[in-house]
Amino acid sequence: MEKDKFSVRDLDLFYGSNHALKKINLQVPERSVTALIGPSGCGKSSFLRCLNRMNDFIPGCSVTGRVELDGSDIYDAGTDLIHLRRRVGMVFQRPNPFPMSIFDNVAYGPRLHGDRDRNTLRDIVEESLRVSALWNEVRDILHSPALALSGGQQQRLCIARAVAVQPEVLLMDEPTSALDPMATARIEELVRELRTRYTVVIVTHNMQQAARISDTTDFFLSGEMVESGPTQQMFTSPRDKRTEDYITGRFG
Amino acid sequence: MSSFRKKKDRAATIMLWLVMALTCGMLALILAFLISKGWSALSWEFLTKKPRSMMTAGGISTPIVGTLQLVLVAMGFSFPVGVFTAVYLVEYARDDWFTRSLRLAVRSLAGVPSVVFGLFGLSFFVILLKFGPSLLSAGLTLGCLALPVIVGASESALLAVPRDYRDASYALGATQWQTIRKVVLPAAFPSIITGAILSVGRVAGETAPIIFTGAAFFAPRFAKSIFDQVMALPYHVLILATAGTNIEKTRPIQYGTVLVLLFFVLGMTLTGVLWRARLRIRQRAQR
Repeated sequence: MEKDKFSVRDLDLFYGSNHALKKINLQVPERSVTALIGPSGCGKSSFLRCLNRMNDFIPGCSVTGRVELDGSDIYDAGTDLIHLRRRVGMVFQRPNPFPMSIFDNVAYGPRLHGDRDRNTLRDIVEESLRVSALWNEVRDILHSPALALSGGQQQRLCIARAVAVQPEVLLMDEPTSALDPMATARIEELVRELRTRYTVVIVTHNMQQAARISDTTDFFLSGEMVESGPTQQMFTSPRDKRTEDYITGRFG
Repeated sequence: MSSFRKKKDRAATIMLWLVMALTCGMLALILAFLISKGWSALSWEFLTKKPRSMMTAGGISTPIVGTLQLVLVAMGFSFPVGVFTAVYLVEYARDDWFTRSLRLAVRSLAGVPSVVFGLFGLSFFVILLKFGPSLLSAGLTLGCLALPVIVGASESALLAVPRDYRDASYALGATQWQTIRKVVLPAAFPSIITGAILSVGRVAGETAPIIFTGAAFFAPRFAKSIFDQVMALPYHVLILATAGTNIEKTRPIQYGTVLVLLFFVLGMTLTGVLWRARLRIRQRAQR
């Protein structure tokens, strides 16, 4: 049926001598939501940051194995990181809009990549804010500072900012952990809609959230990928004992 | 027991208040002294006319303009160099012994007495580079003096920019330079400006670095070229106080000059604070 956007083979990640991810093998299906779950420190965020090579900035971090995006290894020596990160966008745990206007936040990415025309930019900004379901709230205050928005609005702004460079994949690192329940519900709703256009990979602490919004779930524990499968099946009949223990709340 | 603790608490409060009052009192005393001595000299003529009759009469427009010119040259040199040095140290340099000793060197530079900068300026700018005693030599010497302050302020400003901003920028496919130019520097700018303006205050008030490098005892007109010598407010004060020909007549001029210098520095500091506040508001806004 669907094809795989990412195909990860034998991925190992070290922070210095700390073996943080061990022989990870998994597939991320295209245009769907994949949730990465597991207790704190299990390596799920580290794994997520392998997919757009944000780990490159961490001193002492090294990666072996293959991470294929549409069939080509992004850890190849010839990989253009700028192009990769344009295709694979990211939304962070804490909302992190730039200290500039709402408009400039969304236009930041397109401007980086050479869009200068005012009308084009205005269209991109409106379209992106519509996608992130923020347009109606900010259409009249586009030129006021982004940091004056509420936390939930800021996070949706960050989604709009990521969407504005027309990525194929959106990586989300616990995007609702700093938000209240109402704002969380809105983001979850949004993620469900995003999957029609983008491949979404979301790290979450919250198992109910994974169950509500994802199509596929991968369970991480102590740097290993324990189990991977359709979300429905993972939460009703897990194959691995450890998965069952985790989702029934016996630890984590 | 508890009443003893309360008494100690009360004593600490009173002591801190007294120390604060002492500090403010000293400042008020200095200011009152200067105003009482120099206020009578201040007038529109004093600010806009050149000195005449062997500097015993007339105004101080030449040293005012000279000091402005010196500050301009000094900042024109040290602001960009200082900011980019800080950008290198914070964003590019690896954290190794070389960077650390570089940082230590910059920091020690801030503690070097200003007369040493004067001698350096004399042998380097005036003699070696053949700029002669001039606005350029003196301005660059003052710039060297301001450099460590600007580097230090810019470094702390850059370090205070949250990691989050950089991550967000890189994740959108920005290069390192794009990230620095479009996100990091603008976010750090208000604090950088404050540091720079504080160093302007220091630059404007220094005498030792400019005596050998380009400050004139007396100049009949404003400097028209960067190779002319200039009069400067602090040096003018020094001359009037030590080499005046007619103490009775020059004393009010001397204190008037001090007041002008003081207001200039105060004005700069105030501008810096207001400018920063304005930039902050534009970035953050009130909720």
